[in-house]
Parts: sequence; structure tokens; C-alpha cells
Amino acid sequence: MIAVRDNRDRAAFASLFDYFAPRLKGFIMRTGTGSGQAEEIVQEVMLTVWNKSDLFDPGRAQVSSWIYQIARNRQIDKIRKENRALPEELQMEEETEPDAGQVLGLQQEADRLKDAIRNLKPEQREMIEKAYLGELTHQEIKQQTGLPLGTIKSRIRLGLERLRHELKHIR
Amino acid sequence: MKTITHHIPDALLAAYAAGTLPYAYEMVVAAHVSMCDACRADLAAHEAVGGAVLEDTASTAVSADLKSNLMDLLDMPFETRSAPTRKGIYPGPIAEALKGKAPRWRPLGGGVRQDILDAGPEGSARLLFIPPGMAVPDHSHNGLELTLVLQGSFSDDAGEFGVGDVEVADQEVDHIPTAGPDVPCICLAATDAPLKFNSWLPRLLQPVFRI
Repeated sequence: MIAVRDNRDRAAFASLFDYFAPRLKGFIMRTGTGSGQAEEIVQEVMLTVWNKSDLFDPGRAQVSSWIYQIARNRQIDKIRKENRALPEELQMEEETEPDAGQVLGLQQEADRLKDAIRNLKPEQREMIEKAYLGELTHQEIKQQTGLPLGTIKSRIRLGLERLRHELKHIR
Repeated sequence: MKTITHHIPDALLAAYAAGTLPYAYEMVVAAHVSMCDACRADLAAHEAVGGAVLEDTASTAVSADLKSNLMDLLDMPFETRSAPTRKGIYPGPIAEALKGKAPRWRPLGGGVRQDILDAGPEGSARLLFIPPGMAVPDHSHNGLELTLVLQGSFSDDAGEFGVGDVEVADQEVDHIPTAGPDVPCICLAATDAPLKFNSWLPRLLQPVFRI
């Protein structure tokens, strides 16, 4: 992803496509979208990834979370009358070097999270899938999901603080 | 500047990440996240769960020409929606709902004014303007009401709410939000059902004002 962002590397983008496109299609079709429209959304999501890669910050997000969020935005804008309400974006400076320790730390937390999800009891895991596929209302999500999100939250906060700090220095 | 002490509950952040909130609530969450780094990070954590679920989703083969078509499109201009930007006291998502204009205030009585940004079967979102020291008529509501402070402050039984704070009130709460003494309080209030007022006059006016 970094090669896509910094070098506009097409081969790297092609491998991102090979990994994510079939998963995205499966993901989008699980919410009841037909195959044709799902591919249309996959195409738009991947084009957004290419065109907005400068907004990707490996100190705050994994590629999969970033793509998840783009896919959600696209789907909602497509099916609903009102566009999805989006938060303001934190603009990154071009020269900002990602902090290797932070990137690695986030990677480790994300791997831990994946393990935690894989080790859930099947019915719990299904609840998580349903919730994040958008099949549950917020009232239904209210019961604790039992996922340990505390450490990944503090890790992302750290990444955000560093970014804020750097922005302050530049201005 | 006073720090934000009342945040978005975790379940609402998860539902926002999953895209299941009605537009009115979405606006409150997106506006608060624009003002609050703690909730921005927590939302990102929920997106990380979403990303993990996405990676573990069973793949479905894509048609053969999807990739080549896509690679051809990389050099073409592609229109993406940009994230909204702040305007004055209004965070990006609210400025976007106002379409970049100033609010069109309508009187609600007692100097209180409102501008309905969105009203539909799924819920409603409106801006409220409450003069210093004034109170919004006593009301309870069906479902959940989220109120985000954009200017000034208000207080009720649940405590004091300053800029960036969100009050989450369920239907059991009968509350009388009163604006702080110094400046008018401007806030964004979102519900998933019409408000119910406890005295007869506002109740009579309710269908007229769509509140």
C-alpha cells in the first residue's frame, strides 16, 4: 500500500486488487447486493484506494480497515438518499515519515485482534461478523461484544497524537 | 479550551463504523469525531474490527475483465467525495448539511430557535439556538436523543455539557436543558422519533413545527 501511495506502483496496486477484490465482492454480496452491482462497488472502492492513497496513514490504520471504511461509504452513498455523514479528514503533510515503531505496534495489535476474533466461539464470531457487516442495529450491538479493543484503541490514539504533534511542528 | 468529557458510547461508534445508523445520528457521530481525537481513535479501532472481518470473509471470484478494466481506469480522472470541512462553529458534516449556508432559524417560543436539517421516518436532526439562561421546553422522547454542543453550554439533571460534549438521553429521561449564562447555546439534536412535550401548548404546536 505504501508503494501505491508513494510511488504510484501499479504492480503493487494489482496485488492489492488480487487480495482484496474477491473478499470485497464476497463481503458486499453478503449484504444482499447482486453480483453485477457488487463488482461495480468493488471497482469504485479500488479506484478510491488508488486516487486517495495520500490519505492512508499506516500509523493509524491497517489497509484492511481503511478499505473497509471506504467500502462502507460507497455502499451507503449508493443505497441511501442522503450521503453518509463523514468526519473531517486530518490532512497529512507529504514529507511525514511514518514512525516505524508505531506502524509495527499497530500491526501487532491488529494481528492480536484478528486472533481474538478467530478464537471466539462460533456463535460469538457470527455476531461480530453480523455487526460489522451492518446487519445489526445499534441497539442490538449494545450488548458487549467481548472483544478486547482497549489496547488497539490506545495504540491508534498514540498514532493520532504523533500526527497532531508533527502537524503542529510544520505549521 | 475546556476538554470534552461526554463522549459517543461505544455501541454507537461500532454502528457508525458498520454503517447502520440513521443519517441524523450519523451526523452527530461524524461531527463529534471531527472534534474529539479520543473518539476518532476509538472509531478507527472499530474499523479495524471491520477490516479483520473483511479479510476473513469468504472470497467470491470476480469476473475476468474487472481487473484489466480497472487498471485502464487508473489514469482517468475519478470523482471522489471529499471529506467535508469546518465552517465557523459548524464541524464539517454539519456545514455540509447546511450546504455551506448559515442556519435558517425559526422561532420555537421563549427565544429558542431551530433549523431542521433532516427529518424523515428514520429520525430527525436539527440545530437548536437557546438564548443564555433559557431552557428548552420540558420534553421526553421516543427512542434515543443525541445532543452535541457547538457553542456555549447547557446543563440539565445529567450534568453540564460544553462544546464538543454529547448528551445521550433515552426515553426515560425527562430533561430541561438550560443554556449557560454567557453566550447563546447552539447544539445539534438528533432523535429517531418525534419529540413529545409534556405541556399542552408545545404539544399542540408540535405537528406545525415538526419537532
